[in-house]
Amino acid sequence: MFDLDLWREIFQSINKNRTRSLLSGFTVAFAILLFTILFGIANGLQNTFEQEFVDTASNSIFIMSGQTSIANEGLQAGRKIQFKNEDYDYVKEEFGDKVEFITSRVFKSVNASYKTEKNSYSLIAVHPDYQFVEKNIIKEGRYINQNDLENRTKVIVIGRLVEEDLFINESAIGKYINLNGIQYKVVGIFTDEGGDDEERIIYMPLTTAQHLYGNNDYIDQMNLTYSPELNYEQALGFSNLLTRKLKSRFSVANDDQRGIRVFNMAEATQQVDQMTLGLTVIILVIGFGTLIAGIVGISNIMIFIVKERTKEIGIRKALGATPRSIISIILIESILITAIAGYVGLLIGVGVLELIGSGLEVYFITNPGVNNSLVFGATITLVLAGALAGYLPAQKASQIKPIVALRND
Amino acid sequence: MLQIKKLHKSYPIGNTSLHVLKGIDLSVEEGEMVAIMGSSGSGKSTLLNIIGMLDEADSGEYILDGLLIKNLTEKKAAVYRNKFLGFIFQSFNLINYKNALENVALPLYYQGLKRKERQELATFHLEKVGLANWAHHLPKELSGGQKQRVAIARALAANPKLLLADEPTGALDSTTSHEIMAFIQQLNDEGKTILMVTHEEDIANMCKRIVRLRDGVIIEDKKINQVRAEHYV
Repeated sequence: MFDLDLWREIFQSINKNRTRSLLSGFTVAFAILLFTILFGIANGLQNTFEQEFVDTASNSIFIMSGQTSIANEGLQAGRKIQFKNEDYDYVKEEFGDKVEFITSRVFKSVNASYKTEKNSYSLIAVHPDYQFVEKNIIKEGRYINQNDLENRTKVIVIGRLVEEDLFINESAIGKYINLNGIQYKVVGIFTDEGGDDEERIIYMPLTTAQHLYGNNDYIDQMNLTYSPELNYEQALGFSNLLTRKLKSRFSVANDDQRGIRVFNMAEATQQVDQMTLGLTVIILVIGFGTLIAGIVGISNIMIFIVKERTKEIGIRKALGATPRSIISIILIESILITAIAGYVGLLIGVGVLELIGSGLEVYFITNPGVNNSLVFGATITLVLAGALAGYLPAQKASQIKPIVALRND
Repeated sequence: MLQIKKLHKSYPIGNTSLHVLKGIDLSVEEGEMVAIMGSSGSGKSTLLNIIGMLDEADSGEYILDGLLIKNLTEKKAAVYRNKFLGFIFQSFNLINYKNALENVALPLYYQGLKRKERQELATFHLEKVGLANWAHHLPKELSGGQKQRVAIARALAANPKLLLADEPTGALDSTTSHEIMAFIQQLNDEGKTILMVTHEEDIANMCKRIVRLRDGVIIEDKKINQVRAEHYV
């Protein structure tokens, strides 16, 4: 198959007809360029969605409380619902077989200082299970444990960026941080894939926070993950049952949307998945359309090329070129131009994405980029299509009658 | 060398057809130099095209070097053209983006020769037409006479049995025409069989035999005393 002379012929022809080659290449390059950018942006959107959820287990359920909006069982609307430790115990007991991990959460905002460095952070007081619900990764030291809860120890686990902010070039493990006037010992440092904000958080044992910041057993929120054995329907059924039970426990009307809210991640994930799928389909349709436009472009220019080269082909045939050699020279030339142009378009597209990519986060586009295999797939498709588009003109060229081509004009 | 019997050819024009060749009988021996003459429309170019396997006759017989040329596939025609025939055209028909050497080497490429052999043979033939120094020039950098000489070198490159020339001097001034004719005569002296279409009387007189066509039939076929082109140069 590899015929050096044939390639020499083709390269000479391309090289000597640069304008023509550029013209035909341009369409292809442009099609691939558009495709790359579109796909990159779609991927960017997808990345944004994924990033919003990746740091939290996808089988999470959040239980939040608020003020009732409907009067119920003789209680008036506007009543504040407050979870307490007993509610946590209730959920744990009532649904023990379906719950994988469960934790309460208490939120505070704190001013933290170490030596001369100061900053304010979100503080979340939690149960040890929280590590698994939130998918925190321990980088150094340990997480909050049961012992901390029982003894209300003054220990904290801090995010990687908290350490970076406060402990410049120092290890934070074993050091004491001052939070709103109380000294806490850093026992662990964690990382989180959810982005910078998720790494500027300080965790503390739930009981410690309850004791020191209010001397009560209030809980702001409960998070749990359900058993991974539950399928989507079962998970939905579980969260519905949970909602009903909690509502009746607090005498909240069943159709009250504010008093108690249960947010099931499975539902959200499902929605995001559907949206992503829709987006992918749209992008594929657009991309495919662009590819077809590119193909039509090549086909057009190939016809033009054959027309322009009629005389040359006639000469070649008079000198003994077989139809097959004419077909291969035209076909390979078109495939070569298509491949090179497609690759150039791809490189430019990737370059553009690299260049403007980081500036697009405002538009919910994170790390726009393209999957290599997909773009190579597109290039191969384009080359194949180019060959297909080039085949008819090449076939036509092979049927050129030398006498017609060589007629003096 | 070449026998043609009762050759007919017509072209469809709209609903009717134009009968161009109406039974041509022609026989050419090896080493001959034949001029085919006739006014335009007499069928001389059509005859040359059929002899050159660029076109096919409707009926009749055409034997080239003992080989019956009939119902050729495109591929076979290409191989025969390459092996048996060398073409010289009025408008030279060089490939404009290839230099002189590459143009001459092209038929050798289709013969499947190795690059090195092609280069050597092509250089040899370019030297023969006196253009060795112009080997790397593109056609547009050559004069008309030079272009025709490159075309002749190309026609000779594959060492064909028969040289076919279609108005080889039609695009040249008279001095250059005579130079080219002198060269073609020299090739004939060396033994090449040459068939040439022309409508110029003085060019035809430089051949050894003149075949006159009118309205698709041969009206005259005579041997003549060759006028040597050197006399004019």
